[in-house]
Amino acid sequence: MDAGIVKQQEVAEGYFRLTVFAPAVAVAAKPGQFLHMRCGDTLDPLLRRPISIHAVNRDKGEVALLYKVVGKGTALLAQKGKGDQVNLLGPLGKGFTLPERNEKVCVVAGGIGIAPLFCLLQELTARNHSAAVFLGAATGSQLLCAGEMERCGHIVHIATDDGSAGFPGTVTGLFEKTITPGSSSVDRVYACGPRRMLKRLCEIIRLEGIPGEVSVEERMGCGVGACLSCACKTRGEGNGVAYKRVCMEGPVFPVGEVVWE
Amino acid sequence: MSNAGVKVKNRPNLSVNIGGIHMKNPVATASGTFGYGPEYAPYIDLNRLGAIVVKGTTLEPRAGNPAPRLVETPAGILNSIGLQNPGVDRFIEEYLPYLAGYDLPVIVNIAGDTVEHYAILAGKLDRAHGVSGIEVNISCPNVKKGGMQFGSDPVMAAEVTRAVKGNTEKPVIVKLSPNVTSIVAVAKKVAEAGADALSMINTLLGMAIDIKTRRPVLGNVMGGLAGPSVRPVAVRAVWQVYREVDLPIIGMGGIMAAGDALEFVLAGAAAVAVGSANFVNPCATMDVLEGIEKYMIENEIQDISELVGAAQRFSL
Ligand SMILES: Cc1cc2nc3c(=O)[nH]c(=O)nc-3n(C[C@H](O)[C@H](O)[C@H](O)COP(=O)(O)OP(=O)(O)OC[C@H]3O[C@@H](n4cnc5c(N)ncnc54)[C@H](O)[C@@H]3O)c2cc1C
Ligand SMILES: Cc1cc2nc3c(=O)[nH]c(=O)nc-3n(C[C@H](O)[C@H](O)[C@H](O)COP(=O)(O)O)c2cc1C
Ligand code: FES
Repeated sequence: MDAGIVKQQEVAEGYFRLTVFAPAVAVAAKPGQFLHMRCGDTLDPLLRRPISIHAVNRDKGEVALLYKVVGKGTALLAQKGKGDQVNLLGPLGKGFTLPERNEKVCVVAGGIGIAPLFCLLQELTARNHSAAVFLGAATGSQLLCAGEMERCGHIVHIATDDGSAGFPGTVTGLFEKTITPGSSSVDRVYACGPRRMLKRLCEIIRLEGIPGEVSVEERMGCGVGACLSCACKTRGEGNGVAYKRVCMEGPVFPVGEVVWE
Repeated sequence: MSNAGVKVKNRPNLSVNIGGIHMKNPVATASGTFGYGPEYAPYIDLNRLGAIVVKGTTLEPRAGNPAPRLVETPAGILNSIGLQNPGVDRFIEEYLPYLAGYDLPVIVNIAGDTVEHYAILAGKLDRAHGVSGIEVNISCPNVKKGGMQFGSDPVMAAEVTRAVKGNTEKPVIVKLSPNVTSIVAVAKKVAEAGADALSMINTLLGMAIDIKTRRPVLGNVMGGLAGPSVRPVAVRAVWQVYREVDLPIIGMGGIMAAGDALEFVLAGAAAVAVGSANFVNPCATMDVLEGIEKYMIENEIQDISELVGAAQRFSL
């Protein structure tokens, strides 16, 4: 379906926040789900691009996306502005399982990985549930949404690779340093970010026996489960491995399920 | 009766017969791009499809190839799915019944490692309820054994065809590979071996390399190219085979819109299949169908058969 663009802003260099008017999506959307976006009418790029639902305003019927320009598709999307139309499918995929009311929740985001997690935090805010957020980026200017999350009552811990803000180092390093091993300081972890970061984080929390969910990325064709392009290697029945579809069974998977290589 | 100058009042006839499979219109789905049907049911009325061709099915379940399995190239899609499927038995038990709720021909695409595999698959599907026809994939570039190997050797292609025909009463469509020196030579042998129809083309073997990491992009190194970039090759293949072989052809390769589909029909395809376009536009099949009908009305064509191979009279 076509949706009208309400607003498009460059929130940091190369990072855009796009708000569309899509009441049906706003009503149905769950944190962790994504939209499959047609970035232009071209044959190159040809395919849609999956972008997570970043924020939802049900009253206004608006849905916001947060994305980083990395190639042709996202560059085309960034050229659109208020009043333009954008074709999208969704909400697609399986989102995050919401925590129990009294659980201590940690959210770990690497770079643009904050995109879907912000939507989860929005939902937690609505339930008066505050979370500890670990937010990592290459440099201070790429730390997205930190102020907004703090205003909603979440506690934000910051890490940057270049040390320009917060903890100098990786977000997983900061997470590992901050949580008390063996204690029950964390009941549940939600994470999204580069594959290397997720792999490391899963090692840490599996050692600690903390349950959690990660949102993973894979290249997509159809986005609706038909083409089997978006395979993610997972632990299957017994000791076997099975490929699951990121667009259908994912993009959110339980921590123990993904096989990282 | 079509009299010159008389406007066509009735809706044109779009129905076609593909080797014994009656299709209410010439628009089918291409195997592997449309899952098993339910995936696209939220977007289109499956009953309006001419036929559904489901994902390639093998004797045993297949896990498929490692990721990444897909990469985009200019106006194209390179894929190496590797025939991930639940195996024929689970397909028949768990996936086929869903389609029984619809009024449309179901064509099952099969692939095997050996000639015997193809024969057993044909036998199992012959007994299954709700299968209208079998599409024999002798052209998959993404599996180690079998697949394209059968499709590139006319003698082997004929042997597979005979084995399948020997085990089923259902119409048998053989899907040809473009990765051959002469697609006509393969088509002729397959026709002699008893095929009821042909579909073409499967994907073109290709690859892409990431200059940053200096390694092939696809997990399986090579893959099959589909999408608009392959269309001229596919139209040419249909054109050549139509002239030499007297079997109905399902044409495919880069059909994004009705005009593309009509190119295939004019070259000689009796029906068409829409593949990668479904990824871009989940309603692509319906847009193609409506566009063909509109073209026929505008050009006063009463029966789609009038267009099949109509461009051939300009052959040199
Ligand atoms: C479920 C899901 C949700 C996503 N949510 C967001 C989001 O909220 N915000 C956001 O900025 N991005 C998100 N992404 C990633 C986004 O889809 C890609 O960045 C985008 O498709 C790139 O398109 P492009 O045409 O700009 O780049 P391309 O020209 O296609 O590629 C540019 C570079 O990125 C690499 N690349 C492209 N797609 C992927 C992929 N899926 N996985 C790994 N590498 C890839 C290519 O190899 C290439 O090096 C998400 C991906 C998935 C699967
Ligand atoms: C993701 C994907 C999976 C495919 N899987 C199969 C398959 O299982 N069996 C088969 O015969 N062809 C398969 N094909 C080939 C298509 O059916 C079709 O022949 C080809 O894609 C050309 O059509 P298109 O350009 O419209 O996509 C696949 C193609 C794609 C893109
Ligand atoms: S993108 Fe086609 S199955 Fe997931």
